Amino acid sequence: MDIIIENLTKKYGAQKAVDNISLKVATGEILGFLGPNGAGKTTTMKIITNFIAADEGEVFIGGRSLREDANELKKHIGYLPENNPLYEEMPVMDYLEFCAMIHGIEKNRVNTRIAEMIKITGLNKEKHKKIAELSKGFKQRVGLAQAMIHDPEILILDEPTSGLDPNQIAEIRKLIRELGKEKTVILSTHILPEVEATCDRIFIINKGKLVADGTAETLRKQAMGTDILRVRIAAGDPNQVFKSLRALDTVSMVDFADRQFNRFNVHCKSEEVKRQIFRLCVDNKWVLTELTPFETKLEDIFRELTMN
Amino acid sequence: MNTIWIIARRELNSFFDSLIAFIMIILFLGFSGFFTWISGSDIFLIGQASLRSFFGIAYWTLFFFIPAITMRLLAEEKKSGTIEMLLTKPVTDRQVILGKYLATLILIAVALLFTLPYFITIAKIGNIDAGGTICGYFALFLISAAYASIGLFASSITGNQIVAFLTALFIGIFFHFLFQMISFGMKGLFGQIINSLSMTVHFESLSRGVLDSKDLIYFGSVIFLGLFFTEVSLSKRNAYN
Repeated sequence: MDIIIENLTKKYGAQKAVDNISLKVATGEILGFLGPNGAGKTTTMKIITNFIAADEGEVFIGGRSLREDANELKKHIGYLPENNPLYEEMPVMDYLEFCAMIHGIEKNRVNTRIAEMIKITGLNKEKHKKIAELSKGFKQRVGLAQAMIHDPEILILDEPTSGLDPNQIAEIRKLIRELGKEKTVILSTHILPEVEATCDRIFIINKGKLVADGTAETLRKQAMGTDILRVRIAAGDPNQVFKSLRALDTVSMVDFADRQFNRFNVHCKSEEVKRQIFRLCVDNKWVLTELTPFETKLEDIFRELTMN
Repeated sequence: MNTIWIIARRELNSFFDSLIAFIMIILFLGFSGFFTWISGSDIFLIGQASLRSFFGIAYWTLFFFIPAITMRLLAEEKKSGTIEMLLTKPVTDRQVILGKYLATLILIAVALLFTLPYFITIAKIGNIDAGGTICGYFALFLISAAYASIGLFASSITGNQIVAFLTALFIGIFFHFLFQMISFGMKGLFGQIINSLSMTVHFESLSRGVLDSKDLIYFGSVIFLGLFFTEVSLSKRNAYN
């Protein structure tokens, strides 16, 4: 099932939490929803899951309007809300049984599904404990288990790895990748390596507005415009090196990264530039000690797009 | 229906797990038992084989206890955020409300059933009016259902249980005696209308053993309006405009 969002707007008072967002998520795609706190990620997810209504715009899931078929469509959505609210006084097993029942899973399949979920999320030792007694990481697993218990075609996960330790995070990411092969997944986070590790596509919003949409790769290209090489050339007069580098026809711009150590950032037009730099050094008997492609980190892109 | 029952069952379990149910039943039986049998205008003072004094006491104890039962129903879920988890499952707002309401009614019915020994005891002592007593229980159940519906509404408008409790009591006070008091000083049609809004008036006529459709319509309307406004208040969050 795919998700299509058209011109979604939600106001809280005079403030627009979500401002005219349009978005398509294809079946089997994992979309990372990125943005600083208060950007409107959670609000958008609440609208997709039909917890709150948008002021304007429409959501279509599998081609059907959420506004008209909410109760039917909700059966196909698994949702992990922000802060992972759970009935804390219930034991894990009872809670999962309740969730399974309310999703209308047939009686004879309820226990199988619960067993599967407990296995997938690694809750075996904790299954008879009350949810209130669990640590945050295990609660998070219960939250994931309840979201997946009815084997939904769409998973909406609001910060699925918050409160987990690095090992658990790796496990959950693997699980999401696995699930994402056949399901449509939207997950929100502000942990940037997480999106790179799990998502096919990144959707960055800020102050309710879309600021970037694409793979990590394309976003990088977009943010940089050109490829940048970091070059360090020892044994040469900095100014002369600078001039010669700028004279190369494949170089669009050069600036000093570190004058003292003869380090430069070379903005280049084509791959050919590496050979040219090498030849330049050989001709002038300079020593090339560093030639590395300079990757813009997702952090930088994110900061650039969301700070103004 | 099935979904409503699943919700009601979870709610009942939660009543009993959190000891609320036990505390309520014990307090209810304690209070009403004390004033029915031991103190005040108890059965021995009146000297009649009737449960009238019990009904009078229970009418007051239920007035205070029901808001205490209903206050957490929606307010707690709003506060902890579980309402979001619940309402994004394939359930309608109405099913959630009816499920919770049903659980409350069952708890009240259980509490009332525990007073059955009163009935048996008096039936042994003297010649009890069985029809009238059944009517009395029925009246108690109906006022409970009406206050539960008001309590559920109060719980739906806030995330704070104390506020929910006090709001339910505040609304309840009007039905419980303010309408009747106000109507004392009034004449004519308007006074009659205010008087007919009073729960006490309808409770007394019903618990006397008079099964009048007017009373049934009255209780039905209060219950319906309470649940209706609960749904309005709960559905506000995702109403398209």
